[in-house]
Amino acid sequence: MNDLLRSLVEAYGPSGFEDALRDLIRPLVEPHADDISVDAMGNLLVHKSTAAAGALKVMIAAHIDEIGVMATHITEKGFLRFTNIGGVMPHTLLGNRVRFADGTIGVIGVDHSDDRGAIQPLSKHFIDVGATGREDCPVRVGDAAGFDRAFVARGNYLTAKSMDDRIGCYVAIEALRRLPADVPHDVTFVFSVQEEVGTRGAEAAANRILPDVGIALDVTRTGDVPEAKAMSVSLGDGPAIKVRDSGMIAHAGLVRLMRRRAEEAGIRYQMEVLDGGSTDARSMQVAGPGCAAGCISIPCRYVHSPSETVDSRDVEGCIQLLVALLSGSIDL
Amino acid sequence: MNQLLQQLTEAVGVSGGEKEVRLLLRDLIAGHVDEWSVDAMGNLLATKRGTGAMDMRVLVDAHMDEVGLLISEIESGGMLRFDTVGGFDDRALLGKVVQIGPQKVIGVIGARAIHLLKSGEYGKTVKADAMRIDIGAKNKDGAAAKVKVGDYAAFVTAYEENAAAGGRIAIGKAFDNRAGCAALVELLRGERFPFDLVAAFTVQEEVGLRGAKIAAYSTRPDAALVLECTPAYDLPSEADASPNVALGWGASVYVMDARTIQAPRLVAHLTRTADARGIAYQIRQPGGGGTNTGAIQRGAAGIPVATLAVPGRYAHTPTMMISLDDYDSVVRLAEAALRGLTPEIVRHS
Repeated sequence: MNDLLRSLVEAYGPSGFEDALRDLIRPLVEPHADDISVDAMGNLLVHKSTAAAGALKVMIAAHIDEIGVMATHITEKGFLRFTNIGGVMPHTLLGNRVRFADGTIGVIGVDHSDDRGAIQPLSKHFIDVGATGREDCPVRVGDAAGFDRAFVARGNYLTAKSMDDRIGCYVAIEALRRLPADVPHDVTFVFSVQEEVGTRGAEAAANRILPDVGIALDVTRTGDVPEAKAMSVSLGDGPAIKVRDSGMIAHAGLVRLMRRRAEEAGIRYQMEVLDGGSTDARSMQVAGPGCAAGCISIPCRYVHSPSETVDSRDVEGCIQLLVALLSGSIDL
Repeated sequence: MNQLLQQLTEAVGVSGGEKEVRLLLRDLIAGHVDEWSVDAMGNLLATKRGTGAMDMRVLVDAHMDEVGLLISEIESGGMLRFDTVGGFDDRALLGKVVQIGPQKVIGVIGARAIHLLKSGEYGKTVKADAMRIDIGAKNKDGAAAKVKVGDYAAFVTAYEENAAAGGRIAIGKAFDNRAGCAALVELLRGERFPFDLVAAFTVQEEVGLRGAKIAAYSTRPDAALVLECTPAYDLPSEADASPNVALGWGASVYVMDARTIQAPRLVAHLTRTADARGIAYQIRQPGGGGTNTGAIQRGAAGIPVATLAVPGRYAHTPTMMISLDDYDSVVRLAEAALRGLTPEIVRHS
């Protein structure tokens, strides 16, 4: 598990620049696909259908992009000012490292302030790529970078920079491997782009597929750390079946079906109500004529930090739940 | 004098009321397109068929609406209340001349003379909802004879060109986005492209990219290029900081704004083309803002998009300023990049 996951989380893929992830995932899923394609935005569409005509169209979405930064100005001394790609929190920046597409590593510093306890806004931070001026700076305005941090396994806990949402990609890849050849639905797994900037890739993909059922695989926050905002999701308590987040209310019948399949298969699960945040399911729900949308969430601590942490037992539960769901009838 | 820019900027077309601009554009492109139509929202869609060399359809979008005002009430004294249409800094409104409705009734957004201000009122911003348009009517009936609730009002600014400090500078209203419209007219007046070019002069961009959304859906292009006028904030600064875009630095190429990450291969194609042809360009500083690409990119099943813009100072005020050299760079770069476009650049492998 960990070798594949390591390669996924350590790959470069800020929103809009996901080519490396697509190249990494495509050969892994090709043996399990009836056909495979890449759309105009860069979504990887993996289609699997042995079902009869008229079968239910199911779209599964896991996003391959990650949050990052983009250079906006190069100072006379060769430092970069930058803007965010997706939800980058300023207090995660100082001392953090970023990696550009060409491998250039940058270290993030911050303008001096006499108030050392204050969190400076993103605009007060800069990236040091080791240049001394504009001439020897290897980065141009408009170049994007992802964060740089090695994967680490700590017992059941797995920690990395872009578990959001490479762990969802991992669940999707593993489910594709385990699904029986005769899946009774017309299923398309979408490895989607640009989720972190507004669930954009899934919107285009859903407009193409026009699914009857749309399920996102994504991380969710937990309430199991000191002084956490109250939330009844904990690491180790199994896959979280999303009921609601700030962008979507899950289809009630789909939520019931997820619970039933989990109970039938003896999979420990928990219910999720997320205050803030959303997933690709939001776009799928209202694309085209709309669809029954839901989300299987992987509980994750420290989301959008360099050390996003999940529990491998929850991950296994997510895979089992998705396989169980897709293997049986989906009667909503 | 650039006749196109003069005619287009002096025409009135506040979001939702673009008819005058649409009719002007229809005349300007007549004879240069193979077919045209107007859709349900008022987008003018015109097709210039390709040479047949390439089985591809490329959408080029320029929104024809401008920000303006909408008359909301005629008060008993004959003064006109109004709502704003599109984004405004209220401070840009006071004391400006406007033209109202199809009859182009002239009015003034009245400001109390400084002589009559009380001491505590100096330095305070008057909010738009406290302002009135004064057409000099004696009473409500007098005003109602000239103006109806629901009439649009636009600024009155004559187009002028100015050889200032060696630069070719143009001043006028609504360069956002008649500059894009003019550039698109110039593209249509040229030779056929290897592919079908669908020109979309779109409505209601300033109120939320609304026209472009349905234009992309109905035309289903293989790729789209948006021509815009982007606000320039390039006044002199002592700090080691970049302007977002600067007048005179050339066509501005978008990479990322609040609504869209532009297709990287199209962006690379634009900058490669500019480098090869020696056309001046600048990367618009990534950050906020948004163009019609935000509606086009995902409206259908995903469309690769790019944006080229003329930098314009003082956007969404009665008077904007652009560089005619930048405008020429946008026209030349759009033309050259479109002629060099191939299916390989547009499509993912």
